[in-house]
Amino acid sequence: MADQTSFDLIIIGSGPGGYVAAIRAAQLKLNVAIVEHESLGGICLNWGCIPTKALLRSAEIAHLLHNLDAYGFSAKDVSFDIGKIVKRSRAVAGQLSNGVKFLLKKNKVPVFDGTAKLDGTAGGLRKVKVEKDGKPVADLTAKNVILATGARARTLPGLEADGKLIWSYREAMVPTAVPKNLLVVGSGAIGIEFASFFLNLGAKVTVVEMLDRVLPVEDEEISAFARKSFEKQGMRIITSASVKDAKKNGDSVSVTIAGKDKSETATFDRVITAVGIVGNVENIGLEGTKVKVDRTHVVVDEAMFTGEPGIFAIGDLIGPPWLAHKASHEGVACVERIAGIKGVHALDVTNIPGCTYCTPQVASVGLTEAKARADGYDVKIGHFPYIGNGKAIALGEPEGMVKTVFDAKTGQLLGAHMIGAEVTELIQGYVIGKTLETTEAELMETIFPHPTLSETMHESVLDAYGRAIHF
Amino acid sequence: MPIEITMPALSPTMTEGNLAKWLKKEGEEVKAGDVIAEIETDKATMEVEAVDEGKIGKILVADGTEGVKVGTVIALLLEEGESEADAKAPAPKPEAKPAPEPKAAPAQAEAKPAPAETKAPPAPAAHDSGDRVFASPLAKRMAAQAGLNISSLQGSGPHGRIVKADIDQALAKGGKPAAAPKPDAAKPAAAPVEAAAPIAAAALGKDRVVALAGGTVPYELVPNRGMRKTIARRLTEAKQTVPHFYLTIECQIDELLKVRAELNGRAGDQYRLSVNDFVIRASALALKKVPAANASWSDDGILMWRQADVAVAVAIEGGLITPIVKQAETKGLATISNEMRDLGARAKTGKLKLEEFQGGTFSISNLGMFGIKEFAAVINPPHGAILAVGAGEQRPIVKDGALAVATVMSCTLSVDHRVVDGATGAAFLAAFKKLIEDPLTMLL
Repeated sequence: MADQTSFDLIIIGSGPGGYVAAIRAAQLKLNVAIVEHESLGGICLNWGCIPTKALLRSAEIAHLLHNLDAYGFSAKDVSFDIGKIVKRSRAVAGQLSNGVKFLLKKNKVPVFDGTAKLDGTAGGLRKVKVEKDGKPVADLTAKNVILATGARARTLPGLEADGKLIWSYREAMVPTAVPKNLLVVGSGAIGIEFASFFLNLGAKVTVVEMLDRVLPVEDEEISAFARKSFEKQGMRIITSASVKDAKKNGDSVSVTIAGKDKSETATFDRVITAVGIVGNVENIGLEGTKVKVDRTHVVVDEAMFTGEPGIFAIGDLIGPPWLAHKASHEGVACVERIAGIKGVHALDVTNIPGCTYCTPQVASVGLTEAKARADGYDVKIGHFPYIGNGKAIALGEPEGMVKTVFDAKTGQLLGAHMIGAEVTELIQGYVIGKTLETTEAELMETIFPHPTLSETMHESVLDAYGRAIHF
Repeated sequence: MPIEITMPALSPTMTEGNLAKWLKKEGEEVKAGDVIAEIETDKATMEVEAVDEGKIGKILVADGTEGVKVGTVIALLLEEGESEADAKAPAPKPEAKPAPEPKAAPAQAEAKPAPAETKAPPAPAAHDSGDRVFASPLAKRMAAQAGLNISSLQGSGPHGRIVKADIDQALAKGGKPAAAPKPDAAKPAAAPVEAAAPIAAAALGKDRVVALAGGTVPYELVPNRGMRKTIARRLTEAKQTVPHFYLTIECQIDELLKVRAELNGRAGDQYRLSVNDFVIRASALALKKVPAANASWSDDGILMWRQADVAVAVAIEGGLITPIVKQAETKGLATISNEMRDLGARAKTGKLKLEEFQGGTFSISNLGMFGIKEFAAVINPPHGAILAVGAGEQRPIVKDGALAVATVMSCTLSVDHRVVDGATGAAFLAAFKKLIEDPLTMLL
């Protein structure tokens, strides 16, 4: 198998887009290979979703330990070892990366270790050159190629990660000590998760956001709720502000935080930058092809086709939302089209859920209220607070809220926005309903188990139609 | 890419139509708004306007093609700079999908010594009425709101489930097809009646009928055109599902004729009233006086209409059509007369808009001009009643115990007994007679 160099399909990158696409292709009896230059599983498994969730689990336990008394416990000398927390996180990532290796082997997908580059065509086939450390590994050909090279953190001029004082997500994931006074630049999902993690482990945390609210892609009410909650926990949040004039002095960084009305100078011992993502479009041989790149992302049509014969692209490489599950879904849809399966619908971005694993958690799907109104919908809005839910009170997690957005005309569920304990697990209820094109009627008729947090989801729907029972 | 001109949906429930005639030839330039073709539906002939400007590159569906599915590409429009070479026939759209061929049937027939039965090819995915329709809740609600017959759609979701995208597409075609129908087809006109079940007579093949007639009678086969099919379907349905009963009343119209002559005498060329115009107005006013007669049956309850939209049967070549005088109770005789004249004229040339002949709450059929004394008409669903009007003729009558002569017109009301009972029907006819016999009260 390792000697084979000609395939139906070559996938460049083994993240959640690439490896899922490869397995689906194998299921469809396509002769498929994957090229990866780092660990299998990509950023998601190795440096993103999974290891951060391991870290945040530790943060959650810290959060519970801070409140032991409320549950009737007392403990002395509770302490933690950041080294062990990081070690556990790395072990989890390692285990999953091995899982991907096993899955690809099971599906008989050969993996080429190296960087891949498009290398023209030969006899109607795409040529792909694989190299490792500048040395050739293999010259491959395939009918089709899927680019799944992903994305990386955007760097701010003057705040380039140095691995010591200024961290990107990579360094932030493997700290040797908890910073005492941490600055997080950017309040999207990544920035807020790190801010929440280090806050729970006792760091003093300041978050600076350029826009006027934290978690700016979420519904405005969720942003406001989150901000209040973070601030109650001791996080300092400065919005409509930017960070400049960073000066490194030995073991600290001084910066100017320029707000709308006033500026301040402050010193931090560590800085995390989380200001967005740029696509990995370099060094993959796009030069001289018809593949178009727009602001670091590859441009594709509904079928994830780039316009260059035989070249497709999926995942973070083709733009937001930068989410692993979106990449996987695109990978499957792209492969099914290549395999000639008919009737594959274009991905509907309003059915892609997004989750942020801070304390409290945030999860959402579909249109925010503002976007729905901007799109011309006459909306019905439902709210339900966790304080009205028996299970939330029993858990000691009364802080949370579920908001639903319906089209008043058709009853279509346009969006759902949640904040509170376990909402990242709950959102899927709405996602299924939304994907099946539910209206309020089916959600109202659905029986939600008691006592669960999910009852808040039912109540929010009822509230949109003035029928909430418990509030 | 040339612009695809597709078969437009002229009504929300239309699934196919006949391409009657192209008014533009290949190579001819068209501007937006130019009439490019005539489409014949089961109801009328409609004009199709170009929405974009360009040159007709290729006509893909020829004049006179029957049963062209909605959404089928019928022609390609070349934009500036495009040549005929660009106008290659596109891959057929799913809408235009032919029924699947029975696979390898000939080979099998050869191999088998006695092919006892050849199975019919599987039906395409279209939904038979009565089968469960798989559709998302949202799709069902949107279809109901738009008056779309969801069972006529093909689903693009998993396992052919009908989803929002299919409804959006159907609405887009009905509302803004690549070539727009001139009448406003986005309005869900009398959609429910369109969606009626297939007629029971479907099994009446010509061979069977010829055999029933003895098998040796020479004949000529006149194809069932759209309108003929609709008449067959609608009236069969009416007679089979609507319990009819009939009430006849005689009206003396000498006074009416006098008033009519006098009014026409002063009209100049403003109007020319016919007896039928009086009948329309009297019907509308009587419906207002006896609102229970202005009603339609539904399973959810009787719909008491709040206005009298009076449909009047007009004979046209190849059948009949029923243009509607809307809110006739609010219109004076001159208005009714002029409106009816215009509708009748356009009915005869097939130029009525959909909303001008689909719907109504009550109908009138007048065969007086053919000398018919009296007759009973078939109810035109969803109407609750139809008034059949005979000829006004001089007849002997008994007046104050003595014989006299009067001009008498017999009117028979066919009534849907589910909606209107005998006494209500009688009350309507009494009110109608009073207005007709004392026409000055009609002017109030």
